[in-house]
Amino acid sequence: MVTIDIETEDGRREALRRMLTIRAFDSTASDYFADGEIPGFVHLYIGEEAVGTGACAALEDQDYITSTHRGHGHCIAKGLDPKYMMAELFGKRDGYCNGKGGSMHIADVDAGMLGANGIVGAGPPLATGAALTAQQKGEDRIALAFFGDGAVAQGQVHEAINLAATWDLPAVFLVENNQFGEGTPVDLQHNVQALSETAEAYDIPGFTIDGMDITAVYEAVGQARERAASGDGPTFIEAETYRYRGHFEGDPQPYRDDDDVARWRERDPIETFKDRLVDRGELTEEEYEALREEAESTIEEAVDYARNAEDPAPAEAYDDMFAVPVPEIEQFADRMRADGGTR
Amino acid sequence: MSTETQTSYDPDQTTTMTMREAIRQALREELDRDEDVFLMGEDVGHFGGVLDVTDGLYDEFGDTRVRDTPISEAGFMGAGVGAAATGSRPVVEIMFSDFLGVSMEQVMNQMAKMRYMFGGKTEMPITVRTTEGGGMGAASQHSGTVHTWFAHFPGLLAVTPGTPAAAKGLLKTAIRSDDPVFFFENKMTYEQQGEVPTDEEFTIPLGEANVEREGEDVTVVATQRLVGESLSAADELDGDVSLEVIDLRSLYPLDTDTLVESLNKTGRMVVADESPLSYGVHSEVVARVMENAFFSIDAPIERVGVPDTHIPFSPALEGEVLPDAADVRRAVQRIT
Ligand SMILES: Cc1ncc(C[n+]2csc(CCOP(=O)(O)OP(=O)(O)O)c2C)c(N)n1
Repeated sequence: MVTIDIETEDGRREALRRMLTIRAFDSTASDYFADGEIPGFVHLYIGEEAVGTGACAALEDQDYITSTHRGHGHCIAKGLDPKYMMAELFGKRDGYCNGKGGSMHIADVDAGMLGANGIVGAGPPLATGAALTAQQKGEDRIALAFFGDGAVAQGQVHEAINLAATWDLPAVFLVENNQFGEGTPVDLQHNVQALSETAEAYDIPGFTIDGMDITAVYEAVGQARERAASGDGPTFIEAETYRYRGHFEGDPQPYRDDDDVARWRERDPIETFKDRLVDRGELTEEEYEALREEAESTIEEAVDYARNAEDPAPAEAYDDMFAVPVPEIEQFADRMRADGGTR
Repeated sequence: MSTETQTSYDPDQTTTMTMREAIRQALREELDRDEDVFLMGEDVGHFGGVLDVTDGLYDEFGDTRVRDTPISEAGFMGAGVGAAATGSRPVVEIMFSDFLGVSMEQVMNQMAKMRYMFGGKTEMPITVRTTEGGGMGAASQHSGTVHTWFAHFPGLLAVTPGTPAAAKGLLKTAIRSDDPVFFFENKMTYEQQGEVPTDEEFTIPLGEANVEREGEDVTVVATQRLVGESLSAADELDGDVSLEVIDLRSLYPLDTDTLVESLNKTGRMVVADESPLSYGVHSEVVARVMENAFFSIDAPIERVGVPDTHIPFSPALEGEVLPDAADVRRAVQRIT
């Protein structure tokens, strides 16, 4: 179940639980990456939880999302199971991609998650395509593209928005402005004041919202979804947020100082949402602690599962290239492995 | 390779038509057969395609099934990939193959890799049609032959019809395939006539070459326009040298068996393809027969193609670099 109704008390609690699960997942991934148990690159979403959670809460189960290299949060927000996500990070057969994708490529097309993506800016055209399918088939579903502030400089992002706007496709373009593209601050990458000004070029609605506030994200995406689903075309939303961690795990971060992080942490999306719920008398501090512990134990179980899962067999490297296998792959693989003999 | 699309058809029912008409007929029949199929590209609708291939389809099927796109190859190629991953069967046209470069991110990193990276959890039923080749005086940016890139890149299938029948049968298979297929039309073959099965179930499996003419002395493996040129060379040499002419048809997968069988018979081979000679289709064919029929090879295998140049504008220059029947004939004569 993806959809969460933040307008209900249960929904708000579920949203909080989901944000806590994202944070626990990524904190844990950070530890196991540091220990060397998780190979490859790992890009964490810590600090940005309100964006993914608020946006996916406003979608319907059948809707599609496209994601970025920083995709763990989007996956959990879209309702993917942390067990299979962690197994994928550990390179196991039971991972979402049978160990072929890893952190940067987790996908579950049946759940509407069209993949994290290692290419900056590649997601929006895919979302435009998913929205095109929905329009062609007259289905009640939309596609939302998450992408970073850095990606806004990529040409294919603009081509995708122009196409979606021209054809009134049911799409939403959601920029997560976490203030940096790798190590370069956003104001060194763009001349506009607000990235949402981009929308003007396509004559579609565009606005900038507080990405640390899950309610603001939920409302904005909710409106954009309604517009998309009723055939009026896409919306461009910029959510201002912040990533607490480096660009990737192990990033020495010469481009910023601890004060910046501390300043944004004062508006932590999880803490502020929790405080609001406590103020309204919907949640006690004890209940919050219980939610947090529950999230952490969910992730501990995911790690146990991932650790104990099986590695793929080496020959599985040759599977899944095509729906109808080609003879070449098998023949080349066999030949490479054959021992020599004397003639 | 066998595909689920292999169906029986009536081979006796045929009509003479051009390559252009055969392609259009395949598109029309597949649009008719399956609602999930749609065409998109620059000027494919109103205008009917810059080389008239899609003419009339817009009127017949309307603007949602035959979509004119903005001029944004990365954007609409990516939209095709996203549409294919979510249950549509897009046929994307890239006006000239030279423009494929503009869309390559979506081809290389998304279309070709998604199925594999996701552990097989999505299909990618997209067909990309484009036109290749010199001969129109269109100069270097509208005359390239780039199919090698796609045959080389893992995760993509690539076909190059050499006859109208091959074009119709292969395009229908490509559209029905759950894998991404690049369909390369040579622009000088659009007017080429041939007998084409009219049965709507006529499809040709990917990965099967076709012996267009049987012969005894030399096997000529050809693609696209050079199939016709090689058949002319065979006529010219008739009585002197007997050529077996094979339309390779499918670059990936490649029909090694048919090539080996022919070479076992003739012992000699010429490979004729309009792509640049280095590292291309020619080399792959040579490698395959070398691996599988080394002891049948009686003479060096000859390559006919473009000598690693771009295609020039001036007819005086263009004629120099483009291979034709005379080049095939000379290659045959060098090894007989
Ligand atoms: C086409 C491409 N260029 C460069 C990179 C290397 N790279 C990976 S993430 C990144 C920064 C992306 O910044 P942004 O879009 O703001 O996303 P964020 O990391 O802030 O979430 C870069 C340059 C890449 N993966 N793909």
